[in-house]
Amino acid sequence: METILSLRNLDKKFGSVHAVNNLSFDIEKGNVYGILGPNGSGKSTTLGIILNVVNKTSGEFSWFDGNISTHEALKKVGAIIERPNFYPYMTAVQNLKLICKIKGVSYDKIDEKLKVVNLFERRDSKFKTYSLGMKQRLAIASALLNDPEILILDEPTNGLDPQGIHEIRKIIKDIASNGTTILLASHLLDEVEKVCSHVVVIRNGVKLYSGAVDGITATNGYFELNTESDSEKLKELLVKHPAIANVKEEEGKFIASLENELSASEINTYLFKNGITLSHLVKRMPSLEQQFLTLTNNN
Amino acid sequence: MLRLLNIEFHKLKHNRASRVLTIIYFALLTSIALIAAIKFDVGVIKFHLADQGIFNFPYIWHFNTYMASIFKFFLLLVIVSMMANEYSNKTLKQNLIDGLSKKEFILSKFYTVIVFAAISTFFVFVVSMILGLIYSDFNELSIIFSDLGYLLAFFIKLTAFFSFGLFMGILVKRSAFAVGGILVWFFIENIFKGFLYWKFNSDKFASNDTVSSDSLSSIGVNDIMQFFPLESMANLIKQPFTKLNAIQTAGKQLGQDFAFDVSVHWYQIAIATVWIFIFIYASYALLKKRDL
Repeated sequence: METILSLRNLDKKFGSVHAVNNLSFDIEKGNVYGILGPNGSGKSTTLGIILNVVNKTSGEFSWFDGNISTHEALKKVGAIIERPNFYPYMTAVQNLKLICKIKGVSYDKIDEKLKVVNLFERRDSKFKTYSLGMKQRLAIASALLNDPEILILDEPTNGLDPQGIHEIRKIIKDIASNGTTILLASHLLDEVEKVCSHVVVIRNGVKLYSGAVDGITATNGYFELNTESDSEKLKELLVKHPAIANVKEEEGKFIASLENELSASEINTYLFKNGITLSHLVKRMPSLEQQFLTLTNNN
Repeated sequence: MLRLLNIEFHKLKHNRASRVLTIIYFALLTSIALIAAIKFDVGVIKFHLADQGIFNFPYIWHFNTYMASIFKFFLLLVIVSMMANEYSNKTLKQNLIDGLSKKEFILSKFYTVIVFAAISTFFVFVVSMILGLIYSDFNELSIIFSDLGYLLAFFIKLTAFFSFGLFMGILVKRSAFAVGGILVWFFIENIFKGFLYWKFNSDKFASNDTVSSDSLSSIGVNDIMQFFPLESMANLIKQPFTKLNAIQTAGKQLGQDFAFDVSVHWYQIAIATVWIFIFIYASYALLKKRDL
């Protein structure tokens, strides 16, 4: 597998604030990565460092196995960060031409990419007349101009209305399905869950998890149970069961997390044999959101 | 280099304010020629400025470069805003992300400054040449092409001044404040100059009592001031009026002898050039150090 970007012990301090703390991970070609973290967890700072706009305090990062300088590498990267930044007095086409000049690519792709993001009709309007959604879409068009090896998106749906969010997500999914490597920073978990194959979870600049999305959600799940008879006895029986890791009481229900594989009928049989009739039994798999909250709260 | 210039001119070309200011600037440069049209006909007194010898070679090089450099403020606004706007539009960040290095970014601005200064110099050269050929009393080639040092001084003066503007634009990040900053610096230099005059005078006063005069009193105020940025730029082309025959004559009648040294000296060019390097390098260092 070809490594596009690798971070080694990256560190960034803003005065006394330790924004990025000893962060290491690799981005492999062809995968869709999500960087997850609460607001202020160091996501944008990390992206700022690899995009040459924030200076690192220590550590290393290298693009494309470190064979080329960062600014040369960035010509093969498409990136949008937080808010779209363009020259307000230029039209969409003029702005994109400027980016072509910087990246050293021809103007051929401009019309095509404007069509991808649905801005072709407005191509000769000045940037300052655009709505936020249109600005964000133009940013995506600009990031696609060079048919990048990797697309980096920082909160691409921030501040958009539901329709805008939907449009942007659709565009991202289309791009991902073409096999483009994507690095998506977000605090919106369903967004990440829907498009990403891998996640890196950070909090306060520290990496909590990195690996496949399946890996983070792949536990044995948990049961929600209740009984109208002896709830004390139910709890006792659950705790004694070898496959159950722990039991919590929540909103009048028992939550039993599983340590090993256990089916709903198995637990039902076990409890019935021991004299408990259940009034409620559901087996659930945790969502990315729950896992994320568990990770970021408990560590 | 062409790529960087191309990028920068793309940014300027589509900006209406920059375009208007640049056009006004070059129109004003050309308008120096209009001085030739200044005529007073008040009864018996006939005064035609063009006949006063201001367009004589080689004096015209001095006079026109001096007059032309007054207009540099128009271009300063363009330069400062092209720098500061990159900050306020956050497009600097976008440029870097798109793959421009910080060094290339500064160089693209610096090349633009050089091109502006070079075009201005060329303009002044052409306008002066035409005016001179029409009005000059001396038309020998050797006289026409003497004192061309003023053109070099003009070029360096503009480059240094605009580099100062670039640096202030990066330092302050807001066009209006950057121009204000240059003004403030101008006052600081002048206040310091005033302070030096006062200090030196009182030192001389004090050294009258003691027999030995220390080495300091042999240094003039201008020997120190010439190392300051704006003063070094001003020194490149000093006022040309006292060189005019009419004024010299008038001065002699009043018993005043104007013996200013107004020619261009190599060390003044050197000082200004050093400032250009300092400003550009400091801009680069500042940009490199900053998190955007």
